[in-house]
Amino acid sequence: MGFFDKLKQGLSKTRNNFTDRIENLLKFTKRVDEETLEELEEVLISADVGINVTQKLMDSLRERVKTSRIRSSEDLKTALKDEIKGLFPQKKMSLQPPSVLLVVGVNGVGKTTSIGKLAHIFKNQGYKVIMAAGDTFRAAAAEQLEIWGQRSGVDVIRHQEGSDPASVLFDAIQAGKSRRTDIIICDTAGRLHTKKNLMEELRKLYRVCQKEYPDAQLLSLMVLDATTGQNALAQARIFKDAVDISGIVLTKLDGTAKGGIAIAIAQELNLPVWFIGVGEGIDDLQEFNSDEFVDAIL
Amino acid sequence: MAFEALTQKLNDIFKMLKGKGKLTEADVKQAMREVKLALLEADVNFKVVKELIQRISERAVGQEVMESLTPGQQVIKIVNDELVRLMGSKEAKLNFSPGGITVIMLVGLQGSGKTTTAGKLGKLLSKSGKKPLLVAADIYRPAAIKQLQVIGEKLDIPVFTMGQQDPVNIAMASVEYANRHNNDVIIIDTAGRLHIDEELMDELSRIKQAVNPSEILLVVDSMTGQDAVNVAEEFNKRLALTGLILTKLDGDTRGGAALSVKAVTGCPIKFVGMGEKLENLEPFYPERMASRILGMGDVLTLIEKASQTFDLKKAQELEQKLKTQSFDLNDFLEQLSQVKKIGSLDQILSMIPGFSQQKLKGLELNEKELVHVEAIINSMTPEERKNPSIINGSRRKRIAAGSGTSIQDVNRLLKQYEQTRKMIKQMTDMEKSRKRGKQRFPFFGF
Repeated sequence: MGFFDKLKQGLSKTRNNFTDRIENLLKFTKRVDEETLEELEEVLISADVGINVTQKLMDSLRERVKTSRIRSSEDLKTALKDEIKGLFPQKKMSLQPPSVLLVVGVNGVGKTTSIGKLAHIFKNQGYKVIMAAGDTFRAAAAEQLEIWGQRSGVDVIRHQEGSDPASVLFDAIQAGKSRRTDIIICDTAGRLHTKKNLMEELRKLYRVCQKEYPDAQLLSLMVLDATTGQNALAQARIFKDAVDISGIVLTKLDGTAKGGIAIAIAQELNLPVWFIGVGEGIDDLQEFNSDEFVDAIL
Repeated sequence: MAFEALTQKLNDIFKMLKGKGKLTEADVKQAMREVKLALLEADVNFKVVKELIQRISERAVGQEVMESLTPGQQVIKIVNDELVRLMGSKEAKLNFSPGGITVIMLVGLQGSGKTTTAGKLGKLLSKSGKKPLLVAADIYRPAAIKQLQVIGEKLDIPVFTMGQQDPVNIAMASVEYANRHNNDVIIIDTAGRLHIDEELMDELSRIKQAVNPSEILLVVDSMTGQDAVNVAEEFNKRLALTGLILTKLDGDTRGGAALSVKAVTGCPIKFVGMGEKLENLEPFYPERMASRILGMGDVLTLIEKASQTFDLKKAQELEQKLKTQSFDLNDFLEQLSQVKKIGSLDQILSMIPGFSQQKLKGLELNEKELVHVEAIINSMTPEERKNPSIINGSRRKRIAAGSGTSIQDVNRLLKQYEQTRKMIKQMTDMEKSRKRGKQRFPFFGF
């Protein structure tokens, strides 16, 4: 099964909801008029794309309708696709080992699960990987990571619950150096972006990585729940400010959530999505491709 | 900024409406468009918004404007009323089974906070004299059982586990266990699942049939977007929910999901999760939420928090001092540290009517100022603290040097102290003249 099919399959539920509505809309209204556009606007909003980006998209779509005389609904769809595609930054994830991946996000978005799956992916690509159980706050978070480690055969560096996450990262980096590891993936405790002290702690973790492993490539990945609404933008903005987010992992796209927030984040913060989570299995994390994502959605 | 709080937006709109003598249909329409955008931006589902807007504008245009209020305020009141009405007009309590064991089932999507909430709920119930039992029925997520066990241990609440067996059997066995061990409430922590996952949704129905719960509570992340409606609808259709719990409301999410899920399920929101600590589960007050959304501040929560935090004995001492007018800088310092205990300054201010997000910008500095204030007072002699009027020029110089601040800072503090004293004097005078009665907070304080 090719990548495209897999993505399409993974997104099919998302698709059914979102696309059916657009397709229904376009099928029955052959001529493009203001009403069609307004309904299209509604579809975008109900996909969590957000008011600002939706209005921007609609403005340029209206402009296109005028200038290039879009008449058929099929053309309108293509035009909208083009508009959305144009919003995604073309920044691919390029690993240059040794790498340290700091994985951050608010509570319950799927950080630990995503890390388990990421470790599996990188290991299969031939990298030597270790994971650091930097979530020392939530009960049994380290155990959870360890089970993922056993599944994919990746070592986990952990301390006691309640210990200092910075020291876990420190140890993981030392272990990574001495074992000549390619990629160190660091879990962190979920934290709301509004908790100043916890964000300070995160900055410290980032500094520890910088200082203890200056030769390594340091990437911060933010994990984002696709069901999240507009608050995701505030999250992304503040996390970006704290640990210079390089890319996003968009999880839980196998539900009915439409993941439109990815479009808003791409547009407003110029942050690329690198991976999408489409299930609970170890193989259910896929590389994100903006063109295919948009094609699969529209 | 593109992402101002809903509060700020509505404030702006109503500022525009305020001061007008009459509301025309066009005025209302314009305001409603802004309200609509703001509500959408706040993640209220667009269908819910549509209904709400229609209802509000009907009432706004049709209604006779009361003479005592300006029309703008009338609109605000209508919006407020409708928000409150939508979220349920009064606080909802848990249903307990009249005889025997009460079974509470927690359900929801992955990562919405079920396990943590189970612990919080357990704590709340044991505080109110119940003997809860936590049941680990999440057999799928790695280490979920362990997580609940750790939480139970922390709270000293028993946790029933049966490893990775069928959750239906676990639930049934837990009832027997509770019978034998005299537990009167069972809280079942089920695995997170997608509402479209046939197999797992069916599992929930079977658990429901097996143990006949008095409460089936859907745990909803308050940051959820438009999809909240689909999720809540499906869970409700399958299980006939009895209530909702909103989690992660301590962030800056505008919480439109609260409106959405309430609207589609009709189930009351029974609790809100306000933090990561196991104490942080609070009852849901629709009026407070609506007030907060509308920028009228959350005075009630503030008062409650203050009364929980303030040391009663110290407060009485302070009261005594106030009455005898002997409020000095020592007391001022004490008062500051008490206020700090309630929460960070911006947290407190965000609950006060009239303080909008925009005005709060740059308040981080002020938080540091409190530290300076403490330093300044600590640099005074006991004599000076008791009787600030003796602080002359050279004393000010010494205090500034001692606390590492400037003379201006010291002056400012003394002025603040003087103002506080005056204010307190006014308040005590008011009390004396028994005018206190019902202290009304400015309802529309912009």
